Amino acid sequence: MNHALPDAFRRALRDAFLSALIALGLFGSLVGLHVAEGDNGLILATRPVTTAALVGLVFLGRFGIVFWSARLGRREAYREKRVIAETLTRLGRFLAPGLLLLALALPFIGGRYAIDTGTLVLIYVMLGWGLNIVVGLAGLLDLGYVAFYAVGAYSYAILSTSFGLGFWTCLPISGLLAALWGMVLGFPVLRLRGDYLAIVTLAFGEIIRVVINNWVSLTNGPNGITGIPRPTLFGLEFNAGPHSFARFFGLHPSPLHRVIFLYYLILGLALLTNWVTLRLRRLPLGRAWEALREDEIACRSLGINITRTKLSAFATGAMFGGFAGAFFAARNAFISPESFVFIESATVLAIVVLGGMGSQLGTALAALVMVGGGEALREGLLDLSQSPDFAWAGSAAGDIGEYRMLIFGLAMVAMMVLRPRGLVSGRTPSVALAETREIAAELVAEGRG
Amino acid sequence: MAYALQQLINGVTLGLIYGLIAVGYTMVYGIIGMINFAHGDVFMIGAFLSLVALLGLSALGLSSVPLALALTLLFAVALAALYGWTVERVAYRPLRGSFRLAPLISAIGMSITLQNFVELSQGARVRPIEPVVHGGLRFLQSGGFTVELSWMQMLIAAITLTVLGLFTWIVRRTPLGRAMRACEQDLKMAGLLGIDTDRTISLTFVLGAALAAVAGLMFLLYYGVIDFFIGFVAGVKAFTAAVLGGIGSLPGAVLGGLLIGLIETFWSAYFSVEYKDVAAFSMLAIVLVFMPTGLLGRADVEKV
Repeated sequence: MNHALPDAFRRALRDAFLSALIALGLFGSLVGLHVAEGDNGLILATRPVTTAALVGLVFLGRFGIVFWSARLGRREAYREKRVIAETLTRLGRFLAPGLLLLALALPFIGGRYAIDTGTLVLIYVMLGWGLNIVVGLAGLLDLGYVAFYAVGAYSYAILSTSFGLGFWTCLPISGLLAALWGMVLGFPVLRLRGDYLAIVTLAFGEIIRVVINNWVSLTNGPNGITGIPRPTLFGLEFNAGPHSFARFFGLHPSPLHRVIFLYYLILGLALLTNWVTLRLRRLPLGRAWEALREDEIACRSLGINITRTKLSAFATGAMFGGFAGAFFAARNAFISPESFVFIESATVLAIVVLGGMGSQLGTALAALVMVGGGEALREGLLDLSQSPDFAWAGSAAGDIGEYRMLIFGLAMVAMMVLRPRGLVSGRTPSVALAETREIAAELVAEGRG
Repeated sequence: MAYALQQLINGVTLGLIYGLIAVGYTMVYGIIGMINFAHGDVFMIGAFLSLVALLGLSALGLSSVPLALALTLLFAVALAALYGWTVERVAYRPLRGSFRLAPLISAIGMSITLQNFVELSQGARVRPIEPVVHGGLRFLQSGGFTVELSWMQMLIAAITLTVLGLFTWIVRRTPLGRAMRACEQDLKMAGLLGIDTDRTISLTFVLGAALAAVAGLMFLLYYGVIDFFIGFVAGVKAFTAAVLGGIGSLPGAVLGGLLIGLIETFWSAYFSVEYKDVAAFSMLAIVLVFMPTGLLGRADVEKV
């Protein structure tokens, strides 16, 4: 059908062969040879089959990609891409209400596992929306967001276990303390821009973690804090006691009640974050944030107080991180410094960037994909392994647990390479003259702060 | 006095290792303006490649230590360079010209990937190796404390300075170095003048990875124990060093590395080991507050 086919075939073959050669170097040295425990000291062991399989996989994969793209041609590939993008945009209008309905109905249609996963996803949605204020709206690159999450979690844990304060008293305190720390971080970095800001925020996150890890008298160090009290619903507890939720409403006591309550609690908190962000975008403050992201010099020339704008962005973002942290501590009843490592900051930032930086819907979708995707895959494989024909799926599900972070990292790279501007790459501007029209994300500045 | 001198020696050794890694960061940043988050993990891979090579050579029955070290260095540098090249090709080149945060996220993803790749392929915990080089120079005894400058530390200093000298020569005197400096000044203009910018950037990653592999070998020899997580800690410290020295400046990276190494060592010796990272990072914040472009960095010109 195409006379250039043999040529394309040869080129693809050559490309694949080169890739396989490189893969042999990469995998041969670290997968093929590996360090093992010998009788006296370390020895070297080999894994030839795995290496051969990996090299073969690279060969086939590269061959497929090169051959396929040569066959399709550049123009058609571009057209195909555009069609997909347009369909997604059109679907997007129905997506937000649909997702909200699904989120509201989840406890009624899903089991315990689905609710737990939903809660986890919603924590990340909330963190994503909180960080979005700093990164997406104000354009300040923050690599240490997890610090505020940690401040919120430890505020609640310490206040409740040492002073016996309840969740609802501590929630605002946690948020305020986190906001305070946001200001503490904000002051020294006011003059920094770009990657200097990134590295200082990263360092700040590490400092907070190291301090939590070593200040044993306050935080119990690496052992963490246990027995953190659970939140109550207007004084009703979720246990089998006399003042329990089940007793009050005359229901049969079930541990599911608390799970569902926690789910709706985080859903409410996340929606609060969303609502506040959307409202703030209409206030002078939110407009100043977006103006700051677009052009800092123009902002200063127009008399916008840069100090106040930046600090308020840090503080607001940090406050929601603090709320999420308090919820996290209340839900798990146990926290330790291990939960607040850099990977968490990176995950939340990846969610914001993958969501299209500033798009509320995109952030929620990205959290669903990044956090829920892995869980869904594992669960799907476990379900599949129930039937005897697919017994291999069970061990594959076990492997996914082991390979989870590897897959996560690869997915992060792949999604950036395929869609660098995020899943939702259109934006509705906050201010418009006559009619509000969707604009491409490429036209939105990313900020230099 | 003797104690302080010993700390100075230890700090400089550590600082040289940081400096080697920091050069890779600063070079990549200078040319394409991105934080190569996976660089620390390339350093970790260099350390593991060195371990694999050392074990392999001893299994083959090679008994001459200098020859074994030289072969290990070659093996680690060559393959780590291949890793550096692949990382750039797979994760960064498709994002060239994209917006600033995309390569950063891609780099963080690559860093997670490399860490877990090594954890899965080499095991989560690796036992320490036997010291390869023993002994040292003892001098200045005071108050029951002897200052020791071990052969290992001298070896590290010698190799690091040789490699850095070689590297400076490449950047200053060769056509590749000229192309790199041109790309650093203006990538688009360099391309217009006929420099193959993609190739130059690739080679920059290769050179950076090679330096990181040298640092990895030094780290393995000095501490004797490595795991898949050393890349993150060392990477963050080295990046801190690069920023402290003024990112984009090669002498600045080495200077920053030495400073971070010294701060860390002296803080551990006189105050507390637990808070040594806090000291290093706080130092970074303080320096940046007063000198926002680092010690030797050039100030960005703001264009309106």
